[in-house]
Amino acid sequence: MARGHHDIGGLPGGGPIDQAEHQLSDWEILADAVNQALGAKGIKRTDEMRRAREEMDSAAYRDMTYYERWIASIEAILIEKKILTEDEINRKLAQFESKWGEP
Amino acid sequence: MSDLTSDAHGHEHPKNELSDHAKRIYAIRDLLIEKGVITEKDIQCQIDYQEARTPANGAKLVARAWVDSAFKVRFVADPKAACAELGIDATAINEFVVLENTEKVRHMVVCTLCSCYPRPILGRPPDWYKSFNYRQRAVVDPRGVMREFGFEPPDDVEVRVHDSTADIRYLVLPLRPKGTQGWSEDDLAKLVTRDSMIGVMDALNSLPE
Amino acid sequence: MSAADDKFKPGDRVKVKFEDRPGHIRTPWYIRGKTGWVERVYGEFLNPESLAFGRDGLPKKTLYLIAFHQGDVWGESAKTQDKILVDIYEHWLEPVA
Repeated sequence: MARGHHDIGGLPGGGPIDQAEHQLSDWEILADAVNQALGAKGIKRTDEMRRAREEMDSAAYRDMTYYERWIASIEAILIEKKILTEDEINRKLAQFESKWGEP
Repeated sequence: MSDLTSDAHGHEHPKNELSDHAKRIYAIRDLLIEKGVITEKDIQCQIDYQEARTPANGAKLVARAWVDSAFKVRFVADPKAACAELGIDATAINEFVVLENTEKVRHMVVCTLCSCYPRPILGRPPDWYKSFNYRQRAVVDPRGVMREFGFEPPDDVEVRVHDSTADIRYLVLPLRPKGTQGWSEDDLAKLVTRDSMIGVMDALNSLPE
Repeated sequence: MSAADDKFKPGDRVKVKFEDRPGHIRTPWYIRGKTGWVERVYGEFLNPESLAFGRDGLPKKTLYLIAFHQGDVWGESAKTQDKILVDIYEHWLEPVA
């Protein structure tokens, strides 16, 4: 089993702490609110979300930003609970992307 | 819904420039609403709830504790009830513990496993609290961390680092700075920074610019 | 459950079990196998190891605030009175003589 990628207390190599603040982007505020709303409705537990992040690919865990990890775990748990499927999320996203246009 | 999104600096960008991971929340949100899992109102309620929660709440509690010693006793003994006295809603916290700093003891709070934080009191945690560097170093080098925040506890002070691994949410009650006798609660509250309630530094000694 | 049913009380020396258990564990790796003492008894809480998999979190577990000397955790003989305090569930603790 060994140590989870999230279980990092005391690991060597920690660098200086970047104290820069950032205002949340709209998508981060939305991720935060969707997470809280799902919790308030009893649809998911905080520990389920944490477990989903612990089960993520370790490289992804390190590379993704905080709220990207939240979105990934929201998606994983909703799929696990058969509330949404990956397919329908992909299809909905494709609809949005065609509306938003090419980057 | 707009095709634009506001970024970390308040600039608008097209949503198509977001990362793949970030974009998915818009799809998830729409699907959840379409399926009646949550409503737009549910989401807005959470946004409003979160916006109302800022470190000013914590500062108000600390300033009151500094001027009113009976309140301080109540605040340490039953933080949720003390919050209610000041009209602050701490009911979302399962178990709330106040860690009182003294001349001889300083507390510092971290969540090494994720980012547990007293959100109902202080709002969302700062990025640095959630960072890998803080989570890695806080338990092994708290004084080094404090030094980065400009604080050097004297040698005879005991530093107690709390790793918030369960349902307890911790708030540090910083020491009242010297020379503040007779100050108003409003002015005292301005000395109580968010970072002093996490415990990486003491409260300010003088009013911020 | 009353305080009398708690396995440990404030002041008791305890050792955190060193186990490599799968699943969602809230006992950090750095503290496993370390010896400290009970500072506070927080009472009973639903078990996160069960909640994480959609189960009901029962039976509840008693949660303790366990204090450790910094030197005992990191194996240094550094002269420091600094401490680490961690919230640990009863089933992760064993008594120390």
